[in-house]
Amino acid sequence: MPSLGADMTEGTLVQWNVKPGDRIKRGDIIAVVGTEKADIEVEVYETGIVEKLMAQPGDKLPVGTPIAVIRREDEAPSASAAASAPPLPATAQPAERVKASPMARKLAQELGVDLEKIKGTGPHGVIERHDVEEAAKLKQAAMPAAAPPPAPPAAVAGMRHAIAVAMARSNREIPHYYLSTRVDMSAALDWLQECNSKRPIETRILPAALLLRAVARGLVQVPELNGFWADDRLNVAPDVHLGVAISLRGGGLMVPAILSAQQKTIEEMMAALRDLITRARTGRLRSSEITEGTVTVTNLGDLGVETVFGVIYPPQVALVGFGKIVDRPWAAARGMLGVRPVLTATLAADHRATDGHRGAQFLQILDGLLQEPGKL
Amino acid sequence: MTASDIQAAIFDGLRKIAPEADLRQLSPAANLREALDIDSFDFLNFLIGLHQRLGVEIPEADYGKLTSLSALVQYLSAKMP
Repeated sequence: MPSLGADMTEGTLVQWNVKPGDRIKRGDIIAVVGTEKADIEVEVYETGIVEKLMAQPGDKLPVGTPIAVIRREDEAPSASAAASAPPLPATAQPAERVKASPMARKLAQELGVDLEKIKGTGPHGVIERHDVEEAAKLKQAAMPAAAPPPAPPAAVAGMRHAIAVAMARSNREIPHYYLSTRVDMSAALDWLQECNSKRPIETRILPAALLLRAVARGLVQVPELNGFWADDRLNVAPDVHLGVAISLRGGGLMVPAILSAQQKTIEEMMAALRDLITRARTGRLRSSEITEGTVTVTNLGDLGVETVFGVIYPPQVALVGFGKIVDRPWAAARGMLGVRPVLTATLAADHRATDGHRGAQFLQILDGLLQEPGKL
Repeated sequence: MTASDIQAAIFDGLRKIAPEADLRQLSPAANLREALDIDSFDFLNFLIGLHQRLGVEIPEADYGKLTSLSALVQYLSAKMP
């Protein structure tokens, strides 16, 4: 059972996507595991052959419990593998399970809808989220008018618990320090407007992608903010895996990561952001995106917040926050006062890993990068 | 295409991003993004959907005009091919 979060202690196997004998390669999705926050698609980090499955859908197992054996192709099959593998009931075979997306399964559980009674409209008849919603509406319409309102979904309570555990640990263990700076966004917004005016609407870039790109570039220059605090020392990560805080409509939030963000162009960053948000909100995140974030970025500007004082997600050592871009009086060149679109960028950092001087350098670099968006 | 056809297209788009919302309660003058808690990413997706369904070009410079249901219907009606 993989660990899919700093405070995950157990998980539920939702489904297998493979069976013994299947050839798999690194990056393949072999299973779906349910956590307190969401169902996560589990990738495999080895190329080989599935020798045996050691858990059944529905099993709730502690993190670290083996759930499958994967044999490399150059290894001989284990003689005991087949003999010791627990027999899986027919319902554990993917082909015989109701075909439904992880989000549809979760929603069906929350809404008390029987997947067996739904006809899926997705590819190959897969039951999608909207199929469950339609079925729930029909079910509700058939209920007596005086029926009591449904209880809050269990998944939301589970997510709040997971967030509570992680954030309590953060406040308990991490000595935060906070810095903020105001960034004149004139150049960045002008550049974006010019850039987007030539693009069809499908490929336009949001300011959020530009900010993520600037953070990734800035972290390359201040690597001490990109990594983990473990065993009483800072472990700087070689790649910038940008955790992006994404709110979910049902409540709570996920922080999946854009992997190797420092290598992405702005266009690639926008595409990655679009993909990540879409999959976070439809329950199709992958395990690597959940576990490999090296820093977190949160943007609350859409809600009118001007300054974000974030809580670091342990064991990371920094969180970058962005607020709303607002028009403010701004001292321009030669003593002239003008009005500029201004963004407040904040840094919450772990004082065990860095000090304020280094944090301030990061914000200074971030500001500088956003003044030359064409070079980002 | 009538204004009610356009409104139906808008509602279809909104249902995709805010399926829990009761659109019958949406005031025509209310700020759409605030009323339905739509972030900039979902709003862009919503506009992409309208563009693809109605064939209307929506320049980024016009986003600021599209704040409410009534403003959106009026804008799209004027730009329908």
